[in-house]
Amino acid sequence: MSASLAVHDASPSALGLRRFVADRTSLCCAVIVLLAGLAAVFAPAIAPHDPADADLLRRLQPPVWQAGGEFAYPLGCDGLGRDILSRLIFGARVSLGVGFGVVLVSSVIGTLLGMFSGFARGGIDAVVSRVADVLLGFPYLVFAIGLMGMMGPGLGNIVITLVLKEWVVAFRVARGETLGAREQDYVEAARALGCPSWRIMCGEILPNILSPVLVVATIRMAHVIIMESSLSFLGLGVQPPSVSWGGMVADGREFLAEGWWVATLPGLAILVVVLAINLASQGAREAFDPRLHR
Amino acid sequence: MLCCDAGLSYGGCGPPSPPPHPRMTTRLLQRVLHLIPVLLGTALVVFAMTSATPGDPVQIMLGDQRATPEQIAALRHDMGLDLPLAERFISFVWRALQGDFGRSFFHRRPVLDVIADRLPATIELTLAAAVLALAIGIPLGLLAGVRRGRAADRAASISALVGVSMPGFWLGLLLMLLFSVTLHWFPVSGRTGYGDEPVPITHLLLIDSLLAGRPAALAEALRHLALPAITLALPMAAVLMRVTRAAVIDVLRADYVLFAESKGLSRRRVLLLHVLKNALAPAVSVAALEIGALLGGNMIVETIFAWPGVGRLVVEAIFARNYPLVQAAVLLYAVVFVLLNSLADVLYGVLNPRIAA
Repeated sequence: MSASLAVHDASPSALGLRRFVADRTSLCCAVIVLLAGLAAVFAPAIAPHDPADADLLRRLQPPVWQAGGEFAYPLGCDGLGRDILSRLIFGARVSLGVGFGVVLVSSVIGTLLGMFSGFARGGIDAVVSRVADVLLGFPYLVFAIGLMGMMGPGLGNIVITLVLKEWVVAFRVARGETLGAREQDYVEAARALGCPSWRIMCGEILPNILSPVLVVATIRMAHVIIMESSLSFLGLGVQPPSVSWGGMVADGREFLAEGWWVATLPGLAILVVVLAINLASQGAREAFDPRLHR
Repeated sequence: MLCCDAGLSYGGCGPPSPPPHPRMTTRLLQRVLHLIPVLLGTALVVFAMTSATPGDPVQIMLGDQRATPEQIAALRHDMGLDLPLAERFISFVWRALQGDFGRSFFHRRPVLDVIADRLPATIELTLAAAVLALAIGIPLGLLAGVRRGRAADRAASISALVGVSMPGFWLGLLLMLLFSVTLHWFPVSGRTGYGDEPVPITHLLLIDSLLAGRPAALAEALRHLALPAITLALPMAAVLMRVTRAAVIDVLRADYVLFAESKGLSRRRVLLLHVLKNALAPAVSVAALEIGALLGGNMIVETIFAWPGVGRLVVEAIFARNYPLVQAAVLLYAVVFVLLNSLADVLYGVLNPRIAA
């Protein structure tokens, strides 16, 4: 079969995937995110040292490329002599875990609510939309810091706080897409055939609104990672001995003059992962949007 | 609708949607009417946040002090904690409308007075950051949009992407590491040097120094303001740059620009008369939204640079379990944000003749 025929035979998602893979930048960024995810999952196997293992003799030991550094501790040690590389690998569990978990839960909640509101309209739609309006009325960090401050720090509270604010994004996207989809012929046809509402929603509308919801979800993951690290930086996030990148930057604040690497490297990890997610999701949006490839 | 398209870094909503009624007074009235339930809802959320507080507020307030059960009951009664939730909410809203948010546990003064003391520092920082962000973001966005696809566009777009991907607290620390710790150009923390405070008139140090005719005090205040303002401004500049760039690209494709060009108008005239004016509408309304987002960002920036504003006060209050203060500040921030959202909507209408007409 010739290449052109193969392209014509391919489904839209296969075509999108091909376009995505062909874009080097997006592919590289997706690989970076994937590697960070794998490092988080297999942290205990990969990390060269115990992230909580303090050795005051190695206090503020510099990274390997500076005088006094050694290969056993390639990124150096923090103020308590703990290996920074191991802490970064374990920190990825919290940062990426919270990013992925919050986006997953809030996307499911927001999509279901948005689809239901957009399809049913009426009183339920009005109430949920007003709740969403009110939540949008809070600057993100103010809401998160205020609620975390009231509930107290901890992983569970971070997830609850961020989900409470984040579902609104998926809700608005899903509701908007559903409002458009419910007027389409295929929904009319399903209705005329006597399909019950839940079946129209799950069978007809959901598959058609999923693509924009997924694209927005990936972009939001970058945002949630920054929010989590900001809360952890302020001391409102996960508490020791758990490690998070934001908390590591906070730990390094007092050693800026003697050990620049303690605060700088975890921040760089956040920047690289967030940038990679942003670029990969931008590439995915362009690759999978049929309007751009007519 | 996809708020992230504009690259909003703090999760505000997207560019405001055009309202159905074209007349300005109707629009304004509609906005005000829409504000009432949103503000009430905001108050309800802040009230509910307090209910999420673990532990008894009375016990927290008493701290280590010993009190008899009768004294505790009397205090609960004084604070209205023995009332049903609905009554407590109504009383909370009623008192908030009168500016009564209770007393700060720690300062032993009315919460609003404590916040008012710190407000000028936050206003000064926020305004400085907003001016800086507008001064960087809009010209860069115009340049990138006009020179789409060229080196200047690519450089500006990459910088903007890095800007929205960088955590604000880290950017602040990097600037501090480079310019304060290494180069010693700027101070690490605070609002001005010892003995450099001008006589307070507006409580904004830059303006007060100017009014007092003290250039040395002005320079000192500017040196202290520079790093926090840049830290706060750069992410906002990145967002503004992206929005302006997208708007310029859109406008350049519009028929009236093609028509103006085919009429023989010079490129400069077309850019100034048509492109700039029309591309500014989304940029200015997003700027109003982003100033709201700065309010969240300043909690972080004020904490890093020990800036004596409301943001740092809230973070300190959280660790001191000074809940009335946190509650009042969060409500204040949210109300300002809601008002800025409405302002963004109105500005969008004013600047966009197709909607205002």
